[in-house]
Amino acid sequence: MSVIANDASALLLDQVNQALAAKTPLRIQGGATKAFLGRAVEGQLLDVREHRGIVSYDPTELVVSVRAGTPLAELEATLDEAGQMLPCEPPHFGEGATVGGMIAAGLSGPRRPWSGSVRDFVLGSRIITGQGKHLRFGGEVMKNVAGYDLSRLMAGSFGCLGVLTEVSLKVLPKPRQCTSLRLEIDLERALLKLAEWGQQPIPISAASHDGQALHLRLEGGEGSVGAARERIGGEDLDPGYWNDLREQRLAFFADPRPLWRLSLPNNTPALELPGDQLVDWAGAQRWLKSDADAVTIRGIAIEVGGHATCFSEGATTNPFQPLSAPLLRYHRQLKAALDPQGIFNPGRMYSEV
Amino acid sequence: MNILYDERVDGALPKVDKAALLAELQAQLPDLDILHRSEDLKPYECDGLSAYRTTPLLVVLPERIEQVETLLKLCHQRGVPVVARGAGTGLSGGALPLEQGILLVMARFNKILEVDPAGRFARVQPGVRNLAISQAAAPYELYYAPDPSSQIACSIGGNVAENAGGVHCLKYGLTVHNLLKVDILTVEGERMTLGSDALDSPGFDLLALFTGSEGMLGIVTEVTVKLLPKPQVAKVLLAAFDSVEKAGRAVGDIIAAGIIPGGLEMMDNLSIRAAEDFIHAGYPVDAEAILLCELDGVEADVHDDCARVSEVLKLAGATEVRLAKDEAERVRFWAGRKNAFPAVGRISPDYYCMDGTIPRRELPGVLKGISDLSEQFGLRVANVFHAGDGNMHPLILFDANQPGELERAEELGGKILELCVEVGGSITGEHGVGREKINQMCAQFNSDELTLFHAVKAAFDPSGLLNPGKNIPTLHRCAEFGRMHIHNGQLPFPELERF
Ligand SMILES: Cc1cc2nc3c(=O)[nH]c(=O)nc-3n(C[C@H](O)[C@H](O)[C@H](O)COP(=O)(O)OP(=O)(O)OC[C@H]3O[C@@H](n4cnc5c(N)ncnc54)[C@H](O)[C@@H]3O)c2cc1C
Repeated sequence: MSVIANDASALLLDQVNQALAAKTPLRIQGGATKAFLGRAVEGQLLDVREHRGIVSYDPTELVVSVRAGTPLAELEATLDEAGQMLPCEPPHFGEGATVGGMIAAGLSGPRRPWSGSVRDFVLGSRIITGQGKHLRFGGEVMKNVAGYDLSRLMAGSFGCLGVLTEVSLKVLPKPRQCTSLRLEIDLERALLKLAEWGQQPIPISAASHDGQALHLRLEGGEGSVGAARERIGGEDLDPGYWNDLREQRLAFFADPRPLWRLSLPNNTPALELPGDQLVDWAGAQRWLKSDADAVTIRGIAIEVGGHATCFSEGATTNPFQPLSAPLLRYHRQLKAALDPQGIFNPGRMYSEV
Repeated sequence: MNILYDERVDGALPKVDKAALLAELQAQLPDLDILHRSEDLKPYECDGLSAYRTTPLLVVLPERIEQVETLLKLCHQRGVPVVARGAGTGLSGGALPLEQGILLVMARFNKILEVDPAGRFARVQPGVRNLAISQAAAPYELYYAPDPSSQIACSIGGNVAENAGGVHCLKYGLTVHNLLKVDILTVEGERMTLGSDALDSPGFDLLALFTGSEGMLGIVTEVTVKLLPKPQVAKVLLAAFDSVEKAGRAVGDIIAAGIIPGGLEMMDNLSIRAAEDFIHAGYPVDAEAILLCELDGVEADVHDDCARVSEVLKLAGATEVRLAKDEAERVRFWAGRKNAFPAVGRISPDYYCMDGTIPRRELPGVLKGISDLSEQFGLRVANVFHAGDGNMHPLILFDANQPGELERAEELGGKILELCVEVGGSITGEHGVGREKINQMCAQFNSDELTLFHAVKAAFDPSGLLNPGKNIPTLHRCAEFGRMHIHNGQLPFPELERF
């Protein structure tokens, strides 16, 4: 797989410096596949897609450094050729998804509860800051505690803290064995089972319930996967299910009502929700199709110690759950430290940030 | 260049009237345990980096969060610096006190508040020892994965502050990967929760930013950690090599075979011999290097992986590959490694433990560089290495009673860290910057990067009262350090005024 490489960082830095001089807000964009998520940004387009390519990749180091504009599909194909992967299975939500967008959105796929999230695999970054400098944090090593961890902070910050130009990620070998199964049990029972299995060394790497059945993926060595498959039973499942789940292409997602994501503590029981639900992450992530208002949906999530995000553009003015007063204050102070003129994606997450 | 707080380069500290502060603390917090006599303060002069000592102004030992809250509010109003301390096992001087500051000891917060096996988490106070969490989870066949070698003593609050690692990081991650939620008190004494009981939380990932922030951004008051099911079995292979290069390449080969060991450690001849003398682990003392490779998980997989790894090790030129025949031998193999530091302590009056990380492929070159430096400085260096994740712990052997040897050891240590930076690594993998590596931060980061770090600090602590002088050097310190230390003929920080 050859990946087109082009270093456009000087150009990006120029554009940021011009924006700083003119005090023009910037709307940072890769493939625009996740533009629907979050609040609309008024600003001049800063397209990072020209800045692309894999800067270094040594499979035996388990580290890849890649420019932000690189198509996510190209990165995945390169890793795949070497028998490796991004364990957090980030969703693309469209053909043009870039690595920068994947980090900025910080979304992870079905393997997340077992593998860790996007931020868990970030080792280092290069960032154009609100001071108009192109800086480097973290690095290409697994362990590094020099200075504050600004690289992991970038994950899920939706471009509000700077322009990410490059990221170094930990990667892992693909599992030797992978099998998927479908077990016809109801949600209550499925959640109880998952809580029980969660306390045992069973190689589950995805667990979702679609209202009808529990869908499980087992990954590991031949022995452990075989034994678990035997023990759990059920029928074979087309592994394409997991990709359709992470890309939101299952029939559930076609429902025209707004889509909400509830992020809940492990072992949260089955919940009565005002709409249809699809359970992922062994219950820690629940998708909800609902016309109910934000306050109602968030109330349910908060009640059990979680939070809710709206995934449908325009369905609510605050797609991300509002922050507590002290948290909001520190968000603003941090934003002011990294982006003193407030030019990076202002308001994308919260109107005040 | 001395690492003790130097107001000339580290910035002026507020002047605090000890008697007035003590009187006010006693009045506002009558039930707070406060130490103020010099003989009582003495045990708190240093952390694990014992070559550097400073007597704190006062030591406080709170037992309730409300006391910490009131204390912080008072210190904030009066402009009194506060240095947090957990168990004091830190190796980088992170909890080194200030003459003009309060040392806030969190060790008495030692309660495990909740262990939830079905939710797979434990909620604990910050002074709880790392190992105590796994012990509390053991009845449920669960454990807390990060296992620093100091785990019987170090506190989880200190682990959060240092983003502590251990020998199982490659597979199970660092502290940051094993946290759900951290409750903190800000410098103003305001309560705030970072993270949540769910797997993520709204807003910026302040939990990631806070982890490893060395007591500079807030005080940890409660920690919710993830628990994992205990692996069914763990097996250890010991492989001997006649050169460290071969051992280094074998590590890459194991990973290339698609295997992520639970632990993968390397020791050089000097550490092998020291450990063998001390622990009688059964190490081959003639080997130039050994690898310890632990494979853990479900029995059938571990069995297969052992066979695969044995094969890889033999192909990589191992002169001997041994599988620990039973649990007792496995524990013995590990005991040698886990006691490598004290073992080296027996063959030298003093040793100085470094903590650099490098891309693994650079290992042969870096080891060669270390051995050249060792010769140049006339000090022996023993190497133990978290080989799986590129984290080296060179131990520099010296005798503090010989005039100038400590300084020589420190200078040699500094050079080793700079070598790590040169090959694309880092000056600290898990022990933190603290005061110890404050000068080497100037080699790792440029002035714009350091300036941004200071801005982050100011976003949380504008008056700079939390652990002043740690973690991030002032640009003045870097300029001064650079003046003494011109690298490859280039003056670092050329943009700064020299004085
Ligand atoms: C023999 C030995 C082996 C070691 N092995 C390892 C190892 O394998 N891996 C590893 O990572 N480390 C290791 N260490 C280093 C040390 O144990 C860790 O850094 C540990 O995390 C420190 O915890 P502590 O409670 O002793 O913290 P302290 O030393 O008391 O403090 C460390 C830092 O944390 C801050 N801090 C402490 N408590 C709080 C709090 N409640 N709120 C805010 N800030 C706080 C302090 O200000 C300071 O900056 C080792 C140390 C020794 C002595």
